[in-house]
Amino acid sequence: MNTLWTDTAFSAAATGAAWLTLALMVGIIVSLVFGAGPAIQEFGLGFLTSAVWDPVNNRYGGLVMIYGTLATSLIALVIAVPVSFGIALFLTELSPGWLKRPLGIAIELLAAVPSIVYGMWGLLVFGPVLATFVQQPLQAAFTGVPVLSALVAGPPVGIGILSAGIILAIMIIPFIAAVMRDVFEVTPPMLKESAYGLGSTTWEVVYKIVLPYTKAGVVGGIMLGLGRALGETMAVTFVIGNMNQLDSLSLFEAANSITSALANEFAEAAEGLHQASLIYLGLVLFFITFVVLSLSKILLARMKRAEGTRS
Amino acid sequence: MTPAAYTDRIAFDHSRLRHHRRRKWVNQVALALSLAAMAFGVFWLIWILIETVRLGLGGLSLAVFTEMTPPPMAETGGLANAIFGSLTMVALATLLGTPIGVMAGVYLAEYGKTTWLGRITQFINDILLSAPSIVIGLFIYAVVVARVKSFSGFAGILALALIVIPVVIRTTENMLSLIPNALREAAYALGTPKWKVISAITLKAARAGVITGVLLAVARIAGETAPLLFTALSNQFWTSNLGEPMASLPVTIFKFAMSPYENWQQLAWAGVFIITMGVLVLNIIARTLLRSKN
Repeated sequence: MNTLWTDTAFSAAATGAAWLTLALMVGIIVSLVFGAGPAIQEFGLGFLTSAVWDPVNNRYGGLVMIYGTLATSLIALVIAVPVSFGIALFLTELSPGWLKRPLGIAIELLAAVPSIVYGMWGLLVFGPVLATFVQQPLQAAFTGVPVLSALVAGPPVGIGILSAGIILAIMIIPFIAAVMRDVFEVTPPMLKESAYGLGSTTWEVVYKIVLPYTKAGVVGGIMLGLGRALGETMAVTFVIGNMNQLDSLSLFEAANSITSALANEFAEAAEGLHQASLIYLGLVLFFITFVVLSLSKILLARMKRAEGTRS
Repeated sequence: MTPAAYTDRIAFDHSRLRHHRRRKWVNQVALALSLAAMAFGVFWLIWILIETVRLGLGGLSLAVFTEMTPPPMAETGGLANAIFGSLTMVALATLLGTPIGVMAGVYLAEYGKTTWLGRITQFINDILLSAPSIVIGLFIYAVVVARVKSFSGFAGILALALIVIPVVIRTTENMLSLIPNALREAAYALGTPKWKVISAITLKAARAGVITGVLLAVARIAGETAPLLFTALSNQFWTSNLGEPMASLPVTIFKFAMSPYENWQQLAWAGVFIITMGVLVLNIIARTLLRSKN
C-alpha cells in the first residue's frame, strides 16, 4: 500500500514536471500577446512595415529592428554555412583519428563562450581591426563607384550590421558544424565505400553521396544556427550601434535589431505604448524563431527516422 | 592498328587524363578549403582567448574580489558585489531548475515515450532550449516584475531557472535512454516498483550524465546577460536581499564595457576573464566526467 502510494506520487511528479514545461511555453506566448496588446490594437500589422520609432510622439513601428535582425542573421548564415560544412567535412573525412577529439572539443568550446565575451571582444578588439583593415581600404578602393561606395560608407569605428553579422557567424559555426558532423557520421559506410570502390575522390563522395543522403539533417542544422542567430542578444547589442535608421545602404553604418532594442530600451521604457511596442517586437522575434526552430526540429527528426529504418 | 584509330586512341586517352586531373584538382581544392575552414574556426577561439587573458589579467587584482563596483573614474574598486550576486543567483536558479528538469526528463524517458504529452513536451523543450533568452526575461518581467512593481534578485533567479530546465531535461532524457532495457526488466522481474527502478537503478546508472547536464546548465546561465537585464537589473551595492535589484557579473560587464570610463572598462575585462575561465573550466570538467564514465 505504502509502495503503491509512492509510485503514484513519483509518476505524478514526473508528469507534473512535463506539464510545467508545456505550461511554460504557453505562458510565454500568452504573456507576450497580452503585454503587446495595446500596441497590437493601436498599430495592428502595420507595425511590421512602419519604420517610425518615436517615443516622444508615442508612434512606433518595428521595421528598422526587424530588418536589422534579419540582415545580421543572413550575413551570419552566408559566412557560417560554408565554414561549418568545411569543418564537418574535415572532422569526418580528413582528420587523423587522434586530432578528431581535440578539434571537436575546440569547436564545442567556441559554443560555450558566453555571448557577452563575444560582444565585448567584438566591440573593443575586432571592430577596430575590421574598420582599419577592411573598411578603410574598401572605402579607398570604391571611391566614386556608385553602389559599392554606398555599401562601405560610414565612420570607420567598426560597428554596424557587418560586424554584428560576422560575430554572429563565429557564434553559430559550432552549432551548425556539430549537427553537420553528427549527421555526416550516420551515412552508411557501405554507401561511401561503394563510391570509393568505384574510384570517387573524397570530395565526390562527400558532395554526391553524403550530402544528398543527409540533406534534411544539414538543413536542420542550418535552421538551428539561424534560430540562434536571430535570438542572440548581447553580442549584437555591443556591436550593432543601436541607431534607428534605414536610410543608409552601408554595411558599416550603425543600425538596430529586435534584441538590442529590447536590451537597451526595455528597462527604461515608460509603461504603456512604448513598453507594449517593445513586447510586440519580442513577440515577433519569438514567432520567427519558433517557426525556424520547429522546422529545424522536424527536419532533424526526419533524418533520425531515416537512420532508424536503415538497419 | 590504323594510323587514324591510333590518333583517336591518343585523343581519347588525353581527354580521360584531363578529366582525371580535373577531378583530382577539384578534390584537392575542396580538401584544402575544408582545412582552411577548420583553421578559421579554431582561429577565432584562440584569438578570443588570447585577448581575454591578455586584457583580463591586466585588470585583475585582489581588489576585484574584495571591493564594490566603483563610480566612474574612481581610483579603486572591484566587482565583489557583482560576483556575489552572480554566485547567489546561479546557485539558487540551479537548485530550483534541476529537480524540475530531472523529473521532466524522467517523464520523457521512462513514462512518456509513446504518449502525446511526451512527444509534445519533447518538441517544445527543444524549442525552449534554443529560444531567445531575452524573451524569457520579458516573460518574467510580465509575470513577476510588473506585478510586484520592482526589479528583484528573485525575478533574476526565476529567469535563470527557466533556462536551466530545458538543458537538464534534454541531457537527463538522453542519458536515461542510453540505459539498457535489460537493467529495467531485471529489476521489474524482482518485483521492484517503478519509482524505485527509476530512482535507485536507472537514474543512478545515468548519474554522471545527469551531473554533466547540470554543469553545462550552470555554465550556460553563468554567462547569461539578456534575461537579467529587466529582472534582476543591477545594483551598485552589496545586497543579499533577494527582494531588491541585484548586481550580476554579466550585467555589470555590459554596463562597464559600453561606458567610456577607463577604470570601468578595465574591470569589465577582468570580469570577462573570470566568466570565460569559469565557463571553460566547467565545460571541461563536464566533458571529462562524461568521458571517464563511458
